[in-house]
Amino acid sequence: MAHTRLMQELERQGVSRREFLTFCASMAAVLGLPKGAAAAIAKAVESEKRPVLVWLEFQDCAGNTESFLRASHPTVADLVLDTISLNYHETIMAAAGAQAEAALDETVKQNKGSYIALVEGSIPGDPESGFCTIGGKAALDIAREVCGNAMATIAVGTCATFGGIPAARPNPTRALSVADAVPGLKNLIHMSACPANAENITALLVYYLTMKQWPPLDRYRRPLFAYGKSIHDGCERRAHFDAGQYVEAWGDEAHRHGHCLYKMGCKGPATSQNCPNVRWNEGTNWPIGCGHPCIGCAEPNFWDTMTPFYQRLPDVAGFNTDRWLDTVGLGATGVVAAGVVAHGIAEVTRRGRGRLVVEKPAAGAKPAGDQTGAKK
Amino acid sequence: MTHVVVDPVTRIEGHLRIEAEVDGGAVKEAWSSCTMFRGIELILEGRDPRDAWAFAQRICGVCTTVHAIASIRAVEHAIGATPPPNARILRNLIIAAQNVQDHVVHFYHLQALDWVDIVSALSADPVKTSSLAQSISDWPLSSAKYFAGVRDRVKAFVERGQLGIFANAYWGHSAYRLPPEANLMAVAHYLEALDWQRRFIKIHAILGGKNPHLQSFLVGGMATPVDPDAQASLNMGTIASLRKLIAEGLDFVTRVYIPDILAVASFYKDWFGIGQGVTNFLSYGDFPMDDNAQPELYIPSGVIHSADLAHVEPVDQAKIDEYVTHSWYDYSVGNDTGLNPYKGETHPHYTGPKPPYERLNTVEKYSWLKSPRYDGAPMQVGPLSRMLVAYATGRPARVKELIDKALATLGAPPTALVSTLGRIAARAIEAQVLVESMGMWVDALAEGMARRDYRIQDTSKWDPSTWPKDCFGAGFHEAPRGSLGHWVHITDGKIAKYQCVVPSTWNAGPRDAKGQPGPYEASLVGTPVAKPEQPLEILRTVHSFDPCMACGVHVVDATRRELARVRVS
Repeated sequence: MAHTRLMQELERQGVSRREFLTFCASMAAVLGLPKGAAAAIAKAVESEKRPVLVWLEFQDCAGNTESFLRASHPTVADLVLDTISLNYHETIMAAAGAQAEAALDETVKQNKGSYIALVEGSIPGDPESGFCTIGGKAALDIAREVCGNAMATIAVGTCATFGGIPAARPNPTRALSVADAVPGLKNLIHMSACPANAENITALLVYYLTMKQWPPLDRYRRPLFAYGKSIHDGCERRAHFDAGQYVEAWGDEAHRHGHCLYKMGCKGPATSQNCPNVRWNEGTNWPIGCGHPCIGCAEPNFWDTMTPFYQRLPDVAGFNTDRWLDTVGLGATGVVAAGVVAHGIAEVTRRGRGRLVVEKPAAGAKPAGDQTGAKK
Repeated sequence: MTHVVVDPVTRIEGHLRIEAEVDGGAVKEAWSSCTMFRGIELILEGRDPRDAWAFAQRICGVCTTVHAIASIRAVEHAIGATPPPNARILRNLIIAAQNVQDHVVHFYHLQALDWVDIVSALSADPVKTSSLAQSISDWPLSSAKYFAGVRDRVKAFVERGQLGIFANAYWGHSAYRLPPEANLMAVAHYLEALDWQRRFIKIHAILGGKNPHLQSFLVGGMATPVDPDAQASLNMGTIASLRKLIAEGLDFVTRVYIPDILAVASFYKDWFGIGQGVTNFLSYGDFPMDDNAQPELYIPSGVIHSADLAHVEPVDQAKIDEYVTHSWYDYSVGNDTGLNPYKGETHPHYTGPKPPYERLNTVEKYSWLKSPRYDGAPMQVGPLSRMLVAYATGRPARVKELIDKALATLGAPPTALVSTLGRIAARAIEAQVLVESMGMWVDALAEGMARRDYRIQDTSKWDPSTWPKDCFGAGFHEAPRGSLGHWVHITDGKIAKYQCVVPSTWNAGPRDAKGQPGPYEASLVGTPVAKPEQPLEILRTVHSFDPCMACGVHVVDATRRELARVRVS
C-alpha cells in the first residue's frame, strides 16, 4: 500500500511513475550501482518507515544546509524529504526556542540508538569557552549527547569532517571535527567538501535506505562512491593536461578554450571527489567548468595545505607514466623553471598538518628534468 | 514582568538568542545576543590576499557571494587593480541573482511560517482557495484541483504522525490571522518556492561553477572566460540560458512573491505600526554601471537620519566606529571607545555565564557581535534602507513607482515602511527591481562578446611584485541583508590585518557605550506578545531583518598578530 500512496502523491505533483523511476536510476548512477539497483532504490524510497534524522549546526556557515536545499530532481526531492523525518534543523524548522529544543530532546529520548545525526560545522574544544552555545548549552555537550545516542553520525562538510575553516591556523577557538570532539562514535561517516554536494548527501541517505548498510569508506571515512577517485582523473580537461596545454593567464586563448588549470594552481590532482561526474546544481556546472582551479575543498586541512590557492602543486604524476608533471609539460610548453618546482615542494612540505602532497624533504629538490621517476 | 528567552532563534542563519522583558502583553526591553564565534579575520592574517575571498566567503553559506565580493573589492582597492567591464557585469549579475534568490527564500522558508498557519490550511476549501489565488494573480498553478492536491498532500503528511520540521510550532496561535484558504495558498507557494530557488540559482552555477560557495571570483576580475566562439567559455549558449532563467525568476517574483506579500500584508496591516526601532538608515550603494573610479551605482548610496527622507547624506567610511562595551572582546584603548575598522582591534574574551546557562548578564557583556555606529548613531541596514535611499533620491525611478503602487494597494503612507511589515515589503520590492534589471546586464555581456572583448581580469596586477609594499583597501557591497564592508591592510604581499563590518552586526549588535540599543533590540520594544511561552510575535520582528549571525561575528587581533603569521616562504 505504501507504493500506492507514494504514487498518489507523486501524481498529485505531476510526477509520473516513469519520472520517478528515472530519478531512482540517476541515484543509482551517482552511487555507482549496477542498473538493476534502481528497482531496489524505488522500493526502498517507497517504504513507509521513515527514519528519523536530526541536523545539528555548530560553528558553521549553513553552506551545507543551503547545498542540501539545492538537491536536484526537484519534484521528487520533496518526497525524499518526506521519506525521512527531519525532526530538528535550526535553519528550516518552524519551532523556535524552548519548543525547538524540546523537539530535539524528545527525538533523542524516543529514538535512542535508531536515529541519524547529521552535523554541520566544527565544535569548540572547550565547552566553557562560550564560542558556540545553543539554548545556553555548549556545542560540545550537545554533540556528545545527540551523536552519542545516534545510530549513525554523518559529518556534513569539511568543518564537521576535518575542522575546516575555524580550525585553519591559528585555530582561534580550538575548533574540532566531530571525530575529535566526540571520539569513538559508531557509524561515523564523513561527507567532506565545502560545501558537501547535495547529490552526494542524498545518495548517502538513499544508499542506507536501500541497502540497510553504510557504504565502504576511504581512509578519511568518506564513501568511496563519492570520494573514490581524484578530480584530476575524472576531469574533462585531463586531455589538455596530458598534452601539456595549460592556461597561462586569466582570459588567454587557452583559458577560453578550456585547457588545463594546473599552472593556475589547480588542486584537482590532490583532491578526491566526484565533482567532474556529478557536477553541481543539477549537473549545471562545476568550478573547473567555469574556468577556476579546484581549491581542494574535500581534503583535510585544505585551508592550510592547499594554499596559496593560485600556486601550482609541485608534484603531479602524469598520464600513464611515473614522470613528473613538469617533465610531461616540457614537451609542449618548453622549459619550466626548476626553481619554481623546488620552491613549491619546500612550501608544501613545511606547511605542517594534514595530508601533504609531497612528503619528501625539500633539500633534495632538483631541476624538473632530473626528477623523473620520483614517486609520492 | 515576564522574562522571555528565545534560543535558538530558528529559521535564520547562525546562532541568535533573544532575551526580552514582557509586560502588559508587549516587549518592554530586549537584548540580542550572538552565541557563536570563529575568528575568520584572524585566520586570514599572514595569507595571500588573492586567497582572501575564498576564506571570507565561508563567513556565510547563505549569503554565499557577499563576502567574496567585498573581499576582492577591498584587495583591488589596496593594490590598485581594475576589473574589466566583463568582470563588472558578471559580478552585477551574480549579486543580483543572490539578492533575488535570497529574498524569495527568506520570505517563504524563513519568514512565512510566522504569518502562515499550516494546520489551518488543512481545513481550506480548494475551490475558494482557487478563487482567492486567481483574484490576486494570473499565475497558472491556481486550479481547485491543484490546491486540493496540496492540501491532501499536507494532510497525508500530518496524518502519518511524523511532523518533522513542522513539529512543536505555534499552530493555532491567536496571532495567526489568515483565513484557511490564504494559508493553503501560501503553503502551496512555500513548496513551489522550494523548487524555484533551486532552478533560479543555476545562474550562479553558470557564472560561478556551483552554489553555494561560487568559485569564479578573482582579485582583479573573474575566472569565467568570455568568448562567443569557444565552447569552454560563456558564449551565446550561456546568454540564452541566463535569459531563460532570469525570465522564470521575473515571472515568479512578479506573479507569486509580490502578490503573496500584498495578500498576506492585507491581513496584518497593524504590523505597519510595529517594529519601527532605529530610524537611521545606511546604504553603501551597489551595482556599478560604468568602469570609472567613482562609478554610477544602480542602487544608490546614502545615509538617512531619523527617517527624514528629505535629506540623504553621502556616506563617509571614516564615520564608522565599532564598540565593544557589551561585546565579549576587550579594546586596548578602553572598552567604551569606538574604533574605525582601519584601526580595529579585538581580543575575544568571553565573560558570559558558564554553559549550560539560563540567562545572560545583560548589564555587562552579552554578545559576540560588536556594535557598529555611524557618526555615533545606530543604523538600520538592509533592503528597507536601500529602498528608502532609492525612494528619497528617485534612483532608480522604478523603486518609487513600485513602492507607491504597493502602498496605494494597502492604503498605507510611506512612513509605514519603517516597521516590521515594511521591512518585509521592501525586500520583495527590491527583488522585483533587481530581477527586472538583470536583463540589462545580460545584454551588456552579449554586447561585449560581439566586440570580441575577452578581458575578464586585470592581469597587470596579478603578480604580487607589482603591488605597493604597504597598502590599505576597503571594499563595500550591498548584500541581501545590508551594508557590508571589508577593510584590509597588506604588507609585503601578505595580509597584515583584515576586518569586516557586516549587515547583521549593524542590525543585531548589542547596546553601545552610550547604552543605545541596536536595531533588533530597539525594534522589539513595543512588539506585542500574546503568550510569553509562545513568542511568535518576537520571531516576526526579528525575522523581518533576515538575521545572519555567522556573518555578524568577526575578529581581528592587532596585538596577537604573530599568532597568525606563519611564514611559508
